[in-house]
Amino acid sequence: MLKIDDLHVRAGDTGILRGLSLNVGRGEIHVILGPNGSGKSTLMNVILGHPKYEITGGTIFFDGEDLTALKTFERARRGIFLSFQNPEEIPGITVENMLRTAKQAITGTKIKILQFHRELLATMSELQIPPEYAARYMNIGFSGGEKKRNEILQLLTLNPKLALLDETDSGLDVDAVEIVSSGVAKFHTAENSCVIITHNAQILKHLPVTHAHVLLNGRIVRSGGSELVAEVSEHGYAPFEVTP
Amino acid sequence: MKTYIADIERALYDVRDADKSVYKSDAGLTEEIIRDISERKHDPPWMLEFRLKSLEIYQTIDLPTWGPDISALNMDEIVTYVKPNAAQVSDWSQVPDDIKRTFDRLGIPAAEKKSLAGVGAQYDSEVVYHSVQKQLTDLGVVYTDMETALVEHEDIVREYFMTLVPPKDHKFAALHGAVWSGGSFVYVPAGVDVKIPLQSYFRLNAAGAGQFEHTLIIVEPGAKLHFIEGCSAPRYNVTNLHAGCVELFVKDGARLRYSTIENWSRNMMNLNTKRALVERGGLIEWVSGSFGSQVSMLYPCSVLHGDGARCEFTGVTFAGKGQNLDTGAIVVHAAANTSANINTRTISKGGGCATYRSAVKVTRNAPHAKCSVNCESLMLDDVSRSDTLPVMDIEGDEADIGHEAKIGRISEEALFYLMARGISEDEARAMIVRGFVEPIAKELPLEYAVEMNNLINLELEGQL
Ligand SMILES: Nc1ncnc2c1ncn2[C@@H]1O[C@H](COP(=O)(O)OP(=O)(O)O)[C@@H](O)[C@H]1O
Ligand SMILES: [Mg+2]
Repeated sequence: MLKIDDLHVRAGDTGILRGLSLNVGRGEIHVILGPNGSGKSTLMNVILGHPKYEITGGTIFFDGEDLTALKTFERARRGIFLSFQNPEEIPGITVENMLRTAKQAITGTKIKILQFHRELLATMSELQIPPEYAARYMNIGFSGGEKKRNEILQLLTLNPKLALLDETDSGLDVDAVEIVSSGVAKFHTAENSCVIITHNAQILKHLPVTHAHVLLNGRIVRSGGSELVAEVSEHGYAPFEVTP
Repeated sequence: MKTYIADIERALYDVRDADKSVYKSDAGLTEEIIRDISERKHDPPWMLEFRLKSLEIYQTIDLPTWGPDISALNMDEIVTYVKPNAAQVSDWSQVPDDIKRTFDRLGIPAAEKKSLAGVGAQYDSEVVYHSVQKQLTDLGVVYTDMETALVEHEDIVREYFMTLVPPKDHKFAALHGAVWSGGSFVYVPAGVDVKIPLQSYFRLNAAGAGQFEHTLIIVEPGAKLHFIEGCSAPRYNVTNLHAGCVELFVKDGARLRYSTIENWSRNMMNLNTKRALVERGGLIEWVSGSFGSQVSMLYPCSVLHGDGARCEFTGVTFAGKGQNLDTGAIVVHAAANTSANINTRTISKGGGCATYRSAVKVTRNAPHAKCSVNCESLMLDDVSRSDTLPVMDIEGDEADIGHEAKIGRISEEALFYLMARGISEDEARAMIVRGFVEPIAKELPLEYAVEMNNLINLELEGQL
């Protein structure tokens, strides 16, 4: 589904990703572990074509199509979703209005307002988001935890093929992580895939993790199964810092 | 990553009917013209005198030396008075067809159907269509055109007319006093709550014609009114001048909401004067949208004259290519415990220039005055300009004055966030702009909010 090969990325004069490769197949759940500043968010942003980053080498393919030739919104319409590490606040645009516009854009069909409203409220209730948040402006005045639950609300509403989750569990209390984790579990099927960036094994509790990777200094230095998650939480990243 | 947003497609709004007017005064402004206008309008003698006095003042005052360049104006070329080819009617079916077509495109009958309280529509310089629901009349509410008011309520008009905006105020106030024609008159007796908004819709039609309509609204103690004025004008080659005047009298404990969406053709010089006098415990609420025109100078002024008088001002201004829109608000705190809240959004695009200019004055007689000003500007590209020029003049004791100004561009991160949800770049930009003016849109009645959003979309979209 997602095929990244020898990717080199820089922002300004700084090289951030230096030869990163990653293959994500249908139905798989990949976890990416790595210390702060190792390039995890950069990878997520580059997959969606953030204008700040420049690809200096390598390729990104999605379902056989070269993503780098597509605009950000075209990538989203192909079925890629990013749960942002720091979701943007957008004044004057309500959660419901933005999500309905997005859903319409992605599905290419006109959406019935009332039916959409009912479905949205049902999903919000599963995520324990109060119904009045539908009419609030996007992330304005939301707590950190509310912003992250709002990202999962968007994931469940837009139902992409590939979900990229960038530290969606960071800064959340135990109960909120549980809500987010069940939300992702609800989204996941054998037909779609997840790439989850986390520092915390708790979000993975309900999820059948198939692969895990350690990202250090812009490169994946180790790949394995879910056992890698336990290894990192026990020993940290020091054992992976091998100088070539 | 910069997208060029093409200029507005204004065809929808720039409808021009063949000029069928029956009478035009000579170009240029002379005493003969003023006498002629006055005679045709059957002015009472005091009004003729008022006009002639105003003309005298006009000829002695210079054009303003500050603000946008208005040297494109040549008063000698402006036909100041055009009498439309229709007598006043109160039934829609009697309105001539071409005039009707213009109004149809502006949505007047639709508004009527929605059972709004009354429709006064100014076509060129004289009101041709007017209806007031019987229930209003029964309440003692008067809603009519200024000419009729001058006949039927002469004493009221004489008491208030241009006392708040005297002709000597500035050159265009003097001009207005000399040549004013048409406009709305509303009188709400004490204690009457007018539950449905009254609305009027007017526009300029004849090439080169100035429009000098006068709006006079008096809301007596404890009464309540919402008045909506919308304007749109077709485009012409000749420089057009609009120098209207709005005078609002809000008495003790009364409330007046005065909403306007102005959408002028791109050659219009819009030099409008609006002022409210608010007595003890009264409230004036301005909702003001300024679109179109070549130059606009518009600073609605609230004189908070009685203890505890209040002002809420909400405004949006959109300056596109070739436009210089200089707008803002003025508040004079002239009594104790008066308060004001000013909240504005300005947008500039395609080299347009939008200036927010405000003045807050707190006199010695106004202890504990409170005023908060919040103005935000959005520049949609690198060639557009936005300025904020707030002036504060504080003499009163213990005034609580806050001022917050922000000038910014569309955030790349916000754009990326919306696009990452599948929303196209153009739509994402439009959403962000609409979101930016949302605090104003939500103050408008629904159909006007929709119209304003349509205007913004037209401004943003054009043909790509
Ligand atoms: N726009 C940018 N310009 C310059 N440096 C950047 C930019 N974005 C990220 N970086 C740098 O790239 C490195 C990786 O950042 P990031 O991908 O956010 O790391 P992570 O998400 O793994 O914590 C950091 O050193 C960061 O400072
Ligand atoms: Mg990160």
